[in-house]
Amino acid sequence: MKIAVPIKFVPDLVEELTIDPNGTALDTSWLRLIINEFDDHAVEQAILLKERGGGEVTVVAAEAEGVDDFLYTAAAKGADHLIKLTGDFGSGMNSHAAARALADLLKDSKPDLILTGVQAHNDLDGAVGPLLAELLDMPYVGYVAGVSSTNDKAIARKEYPGGIIAEMEIKLPAVLGIQAAEQPPRYVAYNRIRQVMGTSKIEERTITALDLSGGVTASRMFQPESSQRATILEGSPEEVADQMVGILKELGML
Amino acid sequence: MSQDIFVVIEHLRGQVADISYVMLAAARALAQGTGGKVVAILLGHNAQELAGNFSANRVLYADHPALAEFTSEAYQVTLASLIREQSPRAVLFGHTTIGADIAGGLSVKLSLPLVSSCRTLNSNGKFVCQICGGKIMAEGDLPSPTALVTMAPGGYKLEEGQSDQAPAIETTAIPSLDDLRVTLKHYIEPEAGDVDIAKEPLLISVGRGIQTKDNIEIARELATALGGQVSASRPIVDQGWLPASCLVGKSGKHVRPKVYLALGISGAPEHVEGMNESDTIIAINTDPNAPIFNVAKYGTTADIFDLVPALTEKVKQAAGVS
Amino acid sequence: MPVRETFWNIPHWAEIAQYILALLTAVVFVYGVTRRILRVRQGQSEKRTGHFWARIWSLVVQVLGQKRTLGELYPGLMHFTIFWGMLVLAIGTALATVDWDITLLFFGFQFLTGWVYIIFELTLDILGLLVITGLGMAIYRRYVIRPARLQNFPLKTLPRDDVYVLAMLAFIAISGYLTEGLRLAVTQPDWGVWSPIGGVIAAAFLALGDPNNQTLHLIVWGLHIASAFIILGSLPFTKLFHIFSVPLNIYFRSLQPAGALPAARTEGGMGVKEWKQFTWKQLLDFESCTRCGRCQDVCPAYLSSQLLSPRNMMIKLDAHLWEKDGRALHGDIIAPEEIWACTTCRACAQVCPAFIEHLASIVDMRRHLVDQGQMDATLQTALMNLGRYGNSFGQSERMRAKWTASLQPAVKDARHEPVEYLWFVGDYASYSPTLTEVTRKAADVFHKAGLNFGILFDAERNAGNDVRRVGEEGIFEMLAGKNMQALGKCKFETIVTTDPHTYNTLKNEYSWNGNGRPRILHYTELLDKLIVSGQLKFSKKLDYKVTYHDPCYLGRYNGVYDAPRRLIRATGCELAEMPRHGERAFCCGAGGGRIWMEEKPGRERPSEIRVREAAALEGVQAFVVACPKDVTMFRDAVKTTGNESRLQVKDLIELVHEAL
Ligand SMILES: Cc1cc2nc3c(=O)[nH]c(=O)nc-3n(C[C@H](O)[C@H](O)[C@H](O)COP(=O)(O)OP(=O)(O)OC[C@H]3O[C@@H](n4cnc5c(N)ncnc54)[C@H](O)[C@@H]3O)c2cc1C
Ligand code: SF4
Ligand code: SF4
Repeated sequence: MKIAVPIKFVPDLVEELTIDPNGTALDTSWLRLIINEFDDHAVEQAILLKERGGGEVTVVAAEAEGVDDFLYTAAAKGADHLIKLTGDFGSGMNSHAAARALADLLKDSKPDLILTGVQAHNDLDGAVGPLLAELLDMPYVGYVAGVSSTNDKAIARKEYPGGIIAEMEIKLPAVLGIQAAEQPPRYVAYNRIRQVMGTSKIEERTITALDLSGGVTASRMFQPESSQRATILEGSPEEVADQMVGILKELGML
Repeated sequence: MSQDIFVVIEHLRGQVADISYVMLAAARALAQGTGGKVVAILLGHNAQELAGNFSANRVLYADHPALAEFTSEAYQVTLASLIREQSPRAVLFGHTTIGADIAGGLSVKLSLPLVSSCRTLNSNGKFVCQICGGKIMAEGDLPSPTALVTMAPGGYKLEEGQSDQAPAIETTAIPSLDDLRVTLKHYIEPEAGDVDIAKEPLLISVGRGIQTKDNIEIARELATALGGQVSASRPIVDQGWLPASCLVGKSGKHVRPKVYLALGISGAPEHVEGMNESDTIIAINTDPNAPIFNVAKYGTTADIFDLVPALTEKVKQAAGVS
Repeated sequence: MPVRETFWNIPHWAEIAQYILALLTAVVFVYGVTRRILRVRQGQSEKRTGHFWARIWSLVVQVLGQKRTLGELYPGLMHFTIFWGMLVLAIGTALATVDWDITLLFFGFQFLTGWVYIIFELTLDILGLLVITGLGMAIYRRYVIRPARLQNFPLKTLPRDDVYVLAMLAFIAISGYLTEGLRLAVTQPDWGVWSPIGGVIAAAFLALGDPNNQTLHLIVWGLHIASAFIILGSLPFTKLFHIFSVPLNIYFRSLQPAGALPAARTEGGMGVKEWKQFTWKQLLDFESCTRCGRCQDVCPAYLSSQLLSPRNMMIKLDAHLWEKDGRALHGDIIAPEEIWACTTCRACAQVCPAFIEHLASIVDMRRHLVDQGQMDATLQTALMNLGRYGNSFGQSERMRAKWTASLQPAVKDARHEPVEYLWFVGDYASYSPTLTEVTRKAADVFHKAGLNFGILFDAERNAGNDVRRVGEEGIFEMLAGKNMQALGKCKFETIVTTDPHTYNTLKNEYSWNGNGRPRILHYTELLDKLIVSGQLKFSKKLDYKVTYHDPCYLGRYNGVYDAPRRLIRATGCELAEMPRHGERAFCCGAGGGRIWMEEKPGRERPSEIRVREAAALEGVQAFVVACPKDVTMFRDAVKTTGNESRLQVKDLIELVHEAL
């Protein structure tokens, strides 16, 4: 079984995010990038499938600061091929463009299963998974926590709110949007990553043109009002209780 | 090409999901500007009666055994032909386990632009999306000709999407739904037993401010009135007043309920770590400098023992009224 | 003239038989010892030579002087008497052998004659009694008092070994006296009075009315000799082997500072997966454990009912070296829970009379687990945070100095201007919201003391002390590298730390090349010096009665016991010591990365045990600590033990601040 895992890097929310002077995008000068956590789970799920049923795992990422380290980490976990997409992404990458680039890359290598994070927090035009599935004419199931597969089909455990799980059967090849791997992404010791750097190779593929169509552009970005300090409800206990009831109603809890 | 706004209704096992009403409300706001109609799209099998309280101008109903429960492919095929045929101004999906599974595919299939995790839509055709974990808002003009939008909750109240008057239902034709590659095998119920506080939408969490085991009862009463569960900080669990499964924090569960009501919890980092992703945190703590107020949205320095019984009463009243 | 009548009443055949037995014993003995040596030599290499005289001196103090063994009165005296008694008896026997088999046989003279012989007899007679006393104490202790630390051994065969050794030694000593008594009863020499015990026994035989029982003498002598040879021959196969292994282990002990953990070995994978990846010295450690259980008695992990007992770990590791059934070191022999339970407090190594270095082995096994990614989820998160952000809190480095924001005057940025003191603040003091108040007070104290100091702001990283002890050598190296890089760009004279963990690794583990290691002080040392020099003066006299908790990494690891105590007294506080203080201080349970790991349910947390110990002191109002992690751990423990109204947990800097 050939498994491909496209991953992406997203702004690290640990850092304070700021908007660029134009007010239409994130200020990238301060930005620290980090692996999209769902993609990390997708890699883990792919490795688990490989460990259970054999196969080859290819991890694909667009160039960004820190991507090499992540790819090597994936290799240390057991990924077989590492591919980095390079090119001029200055004009901004969106999910549609990324999906097209990935579709171009993957239509030849014909993976049986494509696992990718179900979403990323900065997707403004949807997650890559469903777009890629349609471009490759594969079925898609998202919010998956647990996958098993036989030769021509996969069983995905799709999670609904409230803990209900739907077992979906999908004909392969297919794309699955991973919400959580069956186990949390494993830890790779720093030294292992260093070792892998000596033995694995990252294959680079250049993207000549980005096709952003289908995405959207924001005319303004801003930060929601700061919620640094709680709004203090004043008054007698009765009055405070009244205000709280109001708040609970507003939040739809009543 | 019409100015109508389509709303793809979500339902699971015979129940309309809340997000459907949020979308109907958003569609109403948008339709005011476009001058079009709000059209609820209901896919299902023998499911007409679900549409009874939709606040929509009409309902397009597609009935087929393959649509009885959600599967991505059957939904996509059906919706693709409907959207292609009618070219509405916008199609709203939930930014949910259902909507987000199908909107992307339709965007590619129909070459239509997609806006995701949108919180509000207004009458002059602007969308506001919340990205980066709620830290950033992005605003823009709804793309044309037909914008596909996935909607996150929070921007509208459910009632705004509900109505006492049942809308008119039209049945629509369905494309061939043979040879589907995705099929639902079955549902698996969550395991019975302990309540999983990580999955509760409302938590009443007690800390040492509650003082004694017996006092936890007042928290429990409030939880019952509100339909939530009781969770706790570590001292409470350490005392054996509540089971370890109730513990929130570093050594307990990480929770993200809609509302987290903290009663007498100081907000130690080990505790906050487990709950700061809750949608709304409300803190009751007599110490105005307690760090819990740094993560809470609302707070009060009233005494638990004065406030909570009063609150429980008022909640009961409010619940009785509505 | 008094002369030693060796082989009195012993027929020639018996004498011959004795030599044959001796030869056999020697063969078995040599085989046993060689087998042990060969096993130990299967370990990895490690340099433990050099400093010859220092090593010899250790032997004098610790072996002959039994210094550490005497650290506990009853077992100390017990061992001391047996040790010296047996040693002298063995020397006596050796002399007798020389006297008879060498000087007499080859040179035709005896030196055990006259007054020399009388002293010889008297000494042996008394020391024999010493041995019997010691053995009696041992038997009484092991089988009547039955201290907890001598129970529950992980191997069923060990109690048999204990019985065997005690019984044999007792038998040898008693049968020796009987032989002597029987001989004296018959020969009744003039110098018999110089063998008082033998004399008493002789008198007893005489009183029994059988003065000439030479057959009985022969039999008893035979048994005495036989048992002596048996115990000698079996020595390398019993716990008595410690007679050789422990002195060797003491001779080869590490002379590095206690706070410098040996570097990770990477051949065949990081750390230790199989026993042969331990160094020979670690294997010698295992072979040296006498199962005395002292370490177990002081181990915070064991006392809070975690799976770990350092004693059992050593016993199991030693047994594992000899196993043939292919069980795996990790999992079958040592469970991961044991390895992770250690707080690296070093209390075990501090008391071990065999000078076993438990931590080196524990960390080596951790290194393997980390390499395999086998650890609990919270530790994993902490390590990923440390790798990514340089702090375990998972916060941006830009938030590291947020606590300085409201400070007046502003704290200097040591990266931009030269300072005298570079303050290495540490993760907990920088990021933990409950500690920022304490950290600000420290800054205030430094200001008021007129120090020219600065911090590294965003450039500081976790110093890596506990990262290293968790077994993540790669991240430690990365963190150390970044800190060294940042420090290298600053001009300063002295580094001051708030955190003893940071202090330890900066002082003992960073490789300060070039200009050499700068002066590194814990803030308690610095303030103590400032008081002595008169630069820091208090305006108030506090009148609290307080107790002081020695942080492991300040006290046991680096020997800083007095400075904090002088400082406390200087503030006017009265200091009451807990029963366990100084080098015996009981760990808070946070060290060695424990603070990042999930807690396994246990009877009581180490911090709670410690708070109860303090709460039992008359009239003590404050529990004073000198480590940010301690503040976190003990504030929690004071609450959970219900001592909140009784004890306040204070960092020493808070007292200083208050007294200024
Ligand atoms: C390694 C480690 C792991 C930990 N893991 C966890 C964890 O997973 N979860 C966790 O919760 N803690 C954890 N802790 C403990 C944590 O540090 C705090 O000690 C704990 O969260 C405090 O609980 P609390 O807020 O209930 O109590 P307190 O800190 O004592 O706070 C009680 C609060 O109640 C307020 N109060 C008192 N009376 C009233 C009243 N009548 N009305 C209103 N308010 C009142 C007080 O002002 C105070 O702020 C951990 C600690 C450590 C060291
Ligand atoms: S270092 Fe401390 S916790 Fe670890 S084994 Fe020794 S005594 Fe126990
Ligand atoms: S390790 Fe040392 S202290 Fe512990 S039982 Fe063995 S000899 Fe005694």
